[in-house]
Amino acid sequence: MKAAVIVSPGSNCDRDIQVALRQSVGADPVMHWHGDPDLPGVDLIVVPGGFSYGDYLRAGAMAAHSPVIREVVDRANRGVPVLGICNGFQILTECGLLPGVLMRNAGLKFICRDIDLRVDAANTVFTRSYVDGQIIRIPIAHNEGNYFADEDTLNRLDGDNRIAFRYCSPRGEVTAEANPNGAALNIAGILNEKRNVLGMMPHPERLADDALGGTDGRPMFDGLVEALAAAA
Amino acid sequence: MSGITPEIVAEHGLTPDEYDRVIAIMGHEPNLTELGIFSVMWSEHCSYKSSKFWLKKLPTEAPWVICGPGENAGVIDIGDGKACIFKMESHNHPSFIEPYQGAATGVGGILRDVFTMGARPVANMNALRFGSPDHPKTRHLVGGVVAGIGGYGNSMGIPTVGGETNFDPSYNGNILVNAMTVGVADTDKIFYSAAAGIGNPVVYVGSKTGRDGIHGATMASAEFDNDSDEKRPTVQVGDPFTEKLLLEACLELMATDAIVAIQDMGAAGLTSSSVEMSDKGGVGIEFDLDLVPVREDAMTPYEIMLSESQERMLMVLKPGCEDMAQAIFEKWELDFAVIGRVTDSNRLVLKSGGEVVCNIPISPLVAEAPEYERPWERTPPSPFLSAADALEGIDQSPADALSALMASPDLCSRRWIWEQYDHMVMGDTVQRPGGDAAVIRVHGTDRSLAITTDCTPRYCVADPVEGGRQAVAEAWRNLTATGAKPLAITDNMNFGNPERPEIMGQFAGCIEGMAEACLALDFPVVSGNVSLYNETSGTSILPTPAIGGVGLVEDVNTKMVSSGFTAADEDIVLIGETAGHLGRSLFLRQLGDRDEGQPPPVDLAAERRNGDFVRSLIGMGSVTACHDLSDGGLLVAIAEMALAGSVGAELCEPPTDIPPLAWWFGEDQARYLVATPSAEALVSAVGHTSVPVCVIGRTGGTVLTMADGNSIPLSDLGSVHENWLPHYMAAS
Amino acid sequence: MAWVGFRVRFAPPCAKQIAMKARVHITLKNGVLDPQGKAIEHALAGLGFSGINDVRQGKYIEMNLDETDEATARASVEAMCEKLLTNTVIENYEIDLDA
Repeated sequence: MKAAVIVSPGSNCDRDIQVALRQSVGADPVMHWHGDPDLPGVDLIVVPGGFSYGDYLRAGAMAAHSPVIREVVDRANRGVPVLGICNGFQILTECGLLPGVLMRNAGLKFICRDIDLRVDAANTVFTRSYVDGQIIRIPIAHNEGNYFADEDTLNRLDGDNRIAFRYCSPRGEVTAEANPNGAALNIAGILNEKRNVLGMMPHPERLADDALGGTDGRPMFDGLVEALAAAA
Repeated sequence: MSGITPEIVAEHGLTPDEYDRVIAIMGHEPNLTELGIFSVMWSEHCSYKSSKFWLKKLPTEAPWVICGPGENAGVIDIGDGKACIFKMESHNHPSFIEPYQGAATGVGGILRDVFTMGARPVANMNALRFGSPDHPKTRHLVGGVVAGIGGYGNSMGIPTVGGETNFDPSYNGNILVNAMTVGVADTDKIFYSAAAGIGNPVVYVGSKTGRDGIHGATMASAEFDNDSDEKRPTVQVGDPFTEKLLLEACLELMATDAIVAIQDMGAAGLTSSSVEMSDKGGVGIEFDLDLVPVREDAMTPYEIMLSESQERMLMVLKPGCEDMAQAIFEKWELDFAVIGRVTDSNRLVLKSGGEVVCNIPISPLVAEAPEYERPWERTPPSPFLSAADALEGIDQSPADALSALMASPDLCSRRWIWEQYDHMVMGDTVQRPGGDAAVIRVHGTDRSLAITTDCTPRYCVADPVEGGRQAVAEAWRNLTATGAKPLAITDNMNFGNPERPEIMGQFAGCIEGMAEACLALDFPVVSGNVSLYNETSGTSILPTPAIGGVGLVEDVNTKMVSSGFTAADEDIVLIGETAGHLGRSLFLRQLGDRDEGQPPPVDLAAERRNGDFVRSLIGMGSVTACHDLSDGGLLVAIAEMALAGSVGAELCEPPTDIPPLAWWFGEDQARYLVATPSAEALVSAVGHTSVPVCVIGRTGGTVLTMADGNSIPLSDLGSVHENWLPHYMAAS
Repeated sequence: MAWVGFRVRFAPPCAKQIAMKARVHITLKNGVLDPQGKAIEHALAGLGFSGINDVRQGKYIEMNLDETDEATARASVEAMCEKLLTNTVIENYEIDLDA
């Protein structure tokens, strides 16, 4: 499997995702500079976390207009899996691959901590190594993770089973107390209609190594490798 | 230009004697630009004129020290061809004026100091001191400083992994924000600041220059016109996005062979960077100021040279490398300008509009900078306070006292702070904030750096020598408690007005104690920063020599522990001597409302012996958890270990020769707590080392149970411990 | 217009001639929760200001344009708003032009 990681000015989780992919894939992903529209043929595109363009104007707004993003949108429309994590999720909403927007956290503070997530859509290329209802613990680290969309969009996301992850209690209840940032419906990650684009605020790449305190993020990358190696 | 009046000299902070020396060096009266350059180079901040005499007494050498004080940051060898580069620096006054930007630019400055030398920064720490929680400004300052530190570090993608936060009324009008950065470089790719190569291009990179933070801006001068408010911003604004680009661009260029010398533009910007680079290299520098990228119109040479705009660097390149370097900086969308050349004149020559506007001999500017051995008075000793006297009028049970202490401002959980810092980015944070020291893996290896910051100002004020010893010893202990071998420190000396003999006495005393501890513990000082005049209306801050310590864990999988209990049915063993010293303890301050007595004595031989023993136990895999004893003493340490691991404990009867409260809360030094499956094995490991060990309890359950029958559920203790700071910050 | 031309001819070479200034006010759409606005409202109440409701925080962007035709300038700034300056899922904008 061949993966590409899109690197923008201000990306800062690019190396973290590179390490996680290397661990699962067994080979280094292509680190692709945002200014180069010529994206090589790959099986997976990852838009990593960070503060592209310093989060100035709106998180992800300027990176969403990078030369390579047009190509990423094109590939996504042709079915190539695209994973956006944290700032990557913000960029995917700003460029229109995913609906809604990530607003400032309701508590008005940056939050970095491990949180519990309920897997609500295990039937995707990203989540196939989890099962529906499984509770996983991985970190969030963001200032703008408060997912917002209009009522219709939220209903559609929910009805189409496109909410991949929800913030939950350690026992799996989706409650207001378990919601770290005010996100609508406790949304932590959503899919596009074709289910080949996933945007999520939590960082699976940060807990994919026992020495760092957990490996609940690793099945996402292992599952991608299995699915995409089989397809190739 | 002439007409330098005594008023202008005074406004530049130079004494008449110092100004006479300027004239002697120049051979004539300086013009305003030249005066400005002398003034910043001879300021306390750049020249260390009050502190240099004392700083020379600190040990700075060890076999593993690659570069001690004097460069942008200190460098130590950590094996496998890697070097650790680190430094701590204060940004106290700007943070009091504008907490968010002051703290943010403090972080930005220390990051540049480290990556200037070729290191990728891998961790940020910060040592913060605020005024009394009751002071009307404190809440606003805490919120702003924490947001500013997070705002900068998070955006840069460098984890902020720990530090310390204290509250004391002496900081009401003068908070301390000491930021530390630790980076890792290859030992054969370390960059220094000495300019070399006559004719080599001098290059300016980074942000454009504006009128930020210009010193002496209060002076009446025809150089400024009427709309002075618009022209004289006193607050520097940080741009972490630009700094991130500058970091990546510098590291990309450093991977090539193009750089001869590099220096960041920190305080006094273009002036100090160019003077230091040329002085170290014994060369001259000539600039055409018309080529400096500026973001405001009509900037004068004075303003350009004294601006403290952030996110800028000065480099000397090898000839012919300009185009390649420019391409890298343009890729990262940064300014790049060749603004001058290295010359053989040993003079700083500045041109503007085709004319020479400044011409200063560099060596005398640096070598003849004033150095003072200011008068000083030794701090008089505080009366001894016995445990019995200290406990007079205090009748709480140990359990109640513990609850009170765990919910006090100085001991409560700092989670509210460190959850606003991205402490995990870069994927190597092996021990997160909240323990004794943060532990960061050296990327791609199993080796790790342990990092801590420590200082107990209430000890330093009572006895500066003992306080200086204790600050170094505690840093050494905190590193040891993770299993690390402590290697070196950076010091951030925060004191009041050095022109007052009693303040200078505090400085001298702290240095004396630090030097003793550094020598005894093989823990040299490799970098540092001095911040003086920290006082408002004649009231000085507590003397605060903040120590940033770095150590090395050989293997995180086998030679490291953290502080939380990991299992039930293990023995809890106290290592080190307990006398029940309550003088200057947090217990006495919090429960007796008294800040009296002498601080606990530091026995450096015992520190060394007990610490080496603990490290060997961790290395042998004999212990499952380890915690150093400091503020709050034994019972607080047990509670912290229990909360960190969510495992309770049942505690033994205290010995009868010490009052129980003194046993539980005394702050005797050189002590550690460990948990072990087998106390027998541990005791036999003591052999003939004569390390005092004592089994004081057993892990298990979800409650802390005292031998007197009192008990506290961990959930209750956890909530009082966790709640104080968020509740305090939420109140308005 | 002749006066503008006069100014251009005598302007120093480095000074940019400003034909028009655009001011863009960006506000949150009704119904979008604004935690910052709420925090400000709370803080104002804490300071003793009373009778304050519905505080909403927005953004303000100003820029100088070379364009001299107002309609063209307006169309251009609108395009900027739609494409980059605002996220129309949550934000409205208003444009002021000063000739």
